[in-house]
Amino acid sequence: MTRSSWRTAVGVLLTGVMLFPVYWMVNVSLTPPGELRKSPPDLVPTNPTFDGYARVLDEQLPYFGTSLLVALGTVALTLALAAPAAYSLAKLRPRGRRPLTFVLLVAQMIPGIIMALGLYGIYVELGITNTVWGLVFADSTIAVPFAVLILTSFMSSVPDEVVQAARIDGAGAWRTFRSVVLPASRNGVVTAGLFAFLWAWSDFVFAATLDSGGSMQPLTLGIYRYIGNNNQEWNAIMATAVVASVPATALLVLAQRFVAAGITSGAVKD
Amino acid sequence: MARRTLVGWAFLAPLVAYLLLCYGYPLLTTIDLSVRDYTVRTFVHGGAPVVGLANYTAVFADPVFRTALLNTLVFTAASLVFQYTTGLALAVFFSRHFRLSATLRALFLVPWLLPLIVSASTWAWMFNSEAGVVNAALAWFGLDAVHWLTSPDWALVSVIAANVWIGIPFNLVVLYSGLRNIPAEVHEASALDGASAWQSFRHVTFPMLRPVSAVTLLLGLVYTLKVFDLVWIMTRGGPGGASTTLATWSYELGFGSMLPRFGPSAAVGNVLILLAVVAGLVYVRVQRHQEAS
Repeated sequence: MTRSSWRTAVGVLLTGVMLFPVYWMVNVSLTPPGELRKSPPDLVPTNPTFDGYARVLDEQLPYFGTSLLVALGTVALTLALAAPAAYSLAKLRPRGRRPLTFVLLVAQMIPGIIMALGLYGIYVELGITNTVWGLVFADSTIAVPFAVLILTSFMSSVPDEVVQAARIDGAGAWRTFRSVVLPASRNGVVTAGLFAFLWAWSDFVFAATLDSGGSMQPLTLGIYRYIGNNNQEWNAIMATAVVASVPATALLVLAQRFVAAGITSGAVKD
Repeated sequence: MARRTLVGWAFLAPLVAYLLLCYGYPLLTTIDLSVRDYTVRTFVHGGAPVVGLANYTAVFADPVFRTALLNTLVFTAASLVFQYTTGLALAVFFSRHFRLSATLRALFLVPWLLPLIVSASTWAWMFNSEAGVVNAALAWFGLDAVHWLTSPDWALVSVIAANVWIGIPFNLVVLYSGLRNIPAEVHEASALDGASAWQSFRHVTFPMLRPVSAVTLLLGLVYTLKVFDLVWIMTRGGPGGASTTLATWSYELGFGSMLPRFGPSAAVGNVLILLAVVAGLVYVRVQRHQEAS
């Protein structure tokens, strides 16, 4: 055995250990409810059932629709706010922008539970609890500071000469932003949008505090209700969990380099 | 120049308005909540009396505060230590190229990307006393079953284990890219000097990685202080407050029962924010320091 294939073997083993909980989630989602309490549990679904998934389609579909709506709304709002701001910070560089960058860094550190409490107070006063767009605004607070910072770093790497050339051709600031800088930093837009989507899709704190009585609730609340009501039906709970993980997994497969870029940006400076 | 500043701020204006509305206003609201004595009625109709710092003194005097603060510190410190050391070991392992290394590294990201409620409920079922796979594994080794989530001795350990699992990918990815930024010549030089792999790591790689390590740990600190979903879904801070953290206590006070206590809830939240902002300021300082050097 060569050194390299030895490393591959260890690597596969480590990855297997790390992903065991994910495998277990899938395994339980396929186990018939009657066999869930079997001791010891079956390591592979010997007798797989799709009842859990049938129940997901039956009971949880509206929750998925709401989550999709909220996540897409959050992406749109986040990018609409962050892209022009990042362009300004990266290319127009107006006087007095430094405190704003500092505020964005600190904003990322505020615990969600505190934002939820403050927003709840405001939403009650304005009577906008349990609305989808109220949830979109709340979820966007997780993503906007990050999106501005990451888009700023992407837009900074667009050469100043390119921007200057557009200027000389008579393009105004807006035109330069729309037709030159924004297309050139497409990867940054994808990364920011991707994370905004994932965070909004996974949000539980804002959903539980601001939308727990709404007619349209996201899937995190759907799962939470499931755990609370049907403490025994882990097969259906895990089936919902598997389906809820699909967007994250799909994005990882389709856009792995963006995900890695998003995690490292800000943490490591080249 | 003045025109450019004007145009620049015009592009920033929506963001500034948004920050004031969606950050500034809620944060002021929590401060306002924390200095008033609210009931459900006055919460909806207004007119709650100002009680100054009474909510804070009540919270500090509550025996739960000590437990919650201690649990928050233990949860954060233990999570950071285990996430960082495991992440670093994996980053070193993956820093050599081998077949499938890129694919396996990508797979390691999965736990970090899953919705927290998914990870939390999966771990809750794995830790189930009677039917959980963890106890089944213990039984296979001939060990007694442990009441992971329902015994006061183990509840905090269980949520820490789940949180470490979620945190490893972040540490791995950041430390991995930190390792990649260390020039290969450095390793070659120390190998030429006859240093063993461990000596080379201990005296060359690890010191050179220090700035990245600092940032990783500080970001981890900020994220871990915020953790709420995971603990709430796995144990609800129980049993009997054994795994209560400041974040879950704040939620429990404000939203956990039919009789919300928004004042104390906001007071606890503001203590947490203070911890987070201190950590955040240290982070900003470290990053400035690194950019300067």
